[in-house]
Amino acid sequence: MTVAVITFGGSNCDRDAVRALGHVGVDAERVWHEDGLPSDADGVVLPGGFSYGDYLRAGAMAAHSPIMNDVRDAADDGVPVLGVCNGAQIGCESTLTPGAFTTNASARFQCESVHLRVENADTPWTAAYDVGDVIEIPIAHGEGRFEIGEERYDALVAEDRILFRYCDADGNVTDRANPNGSRGNVAGILGDRETVAVMMPHPERATLPDLGRSLDGQGVLSAFV
Amino acid sequence: MYNRTSPKRLLLTTAHYDSMTTYTATVTVRLKRGVLDPEAETTKRALERLGFELDALRSADQFEVDLDAESAEAAADRADEMAERLLANPTIHDYDVEVAEA
Repeated sequence: MTVAVITFGGSNCDRDAVRALGHVGVDAERVWHEDGLPSDADGVVLPGGFSYGDYLRAGAMAAHSPIMNDVRDAADDGVPVLGVCNGAQIGCESTLTPGAFTTNASARFQCESVHLRVENADTPWTAAYDVGDVIEIPIAHGEGRFEIGEERYDALVAEDRILFRYCDADGNVTDRANPNGSRGNVAGILGDRETVAVMMPHPERATLPDLGRSLDGQGVLSAFV
Repeated sequence: MYNRTSPKRLLLTTAHYDSMTTYTATVTVRLKRGVLDPEAETTKRALERLGFELDALRSADQFEVDLDAESAEAAADRADEMAERLLANPTIHDYDVEVAEA
């Protein structure tokens, strides 16, 4: 199983992702976006970073890199695809996933550990958890506020496509526990298929024991095992 | 000037059908009404700190695109597609296109 971690100009969490995936037993390698997606890729990670300097909107430029056509085809074939942080922004900009991640309500870049409540444990990304579990994973973004029209939001809820919501340490989903003003405290969602997911928090930063923080991100990355 | 929202103006500029004309398409991208604009809120507060009185402030991105086209409408169509595919994000943005001869 080799997962392609796609490096765009300005990606900076690609190495972290490869290392974290290796820790959970997933063979992964970085792939430069201009080289195209290897035909034997068994999974795809769109990593965090600041692709193209966040010009125009975070993720807007990378979303139109030709490799994203490969990623879309792979996703349609059922290959698991995970977008993290800038990768989540790219996922939404490329319409792999619905909605948009835009400027934090605080108008500030926020780098902190947050709590997430698992909303749907019946997906590859959350199979390691139970519904209602509270996990701790860091965020680091300036444009992480999830926005989507009301009808489409209601559809997401009805289709059980919300993976995680920001919550407090006790699992209460409150405005106070919402770090960026996301609609419905949404931190991660599914695409049309449950094998496609994006999330603003960084599971690869909560996976390696030597970082001395939560290991709660391992469950998400284990989807590729 | 050809404004997307006032088609009557088209008549003024379609006389140049016989050859390519250079136009400037101005694409203005705004957040949809009701979508929070934290940068505008911050700017508003900064203006208030400077002593200005204001009720609201909205921000927008504006792109000026020079392009050759057979007509103002063709130029507007192309700029429209640019907005649809890249310049705006339909989830959060509205946009409009105005075209004038460069």
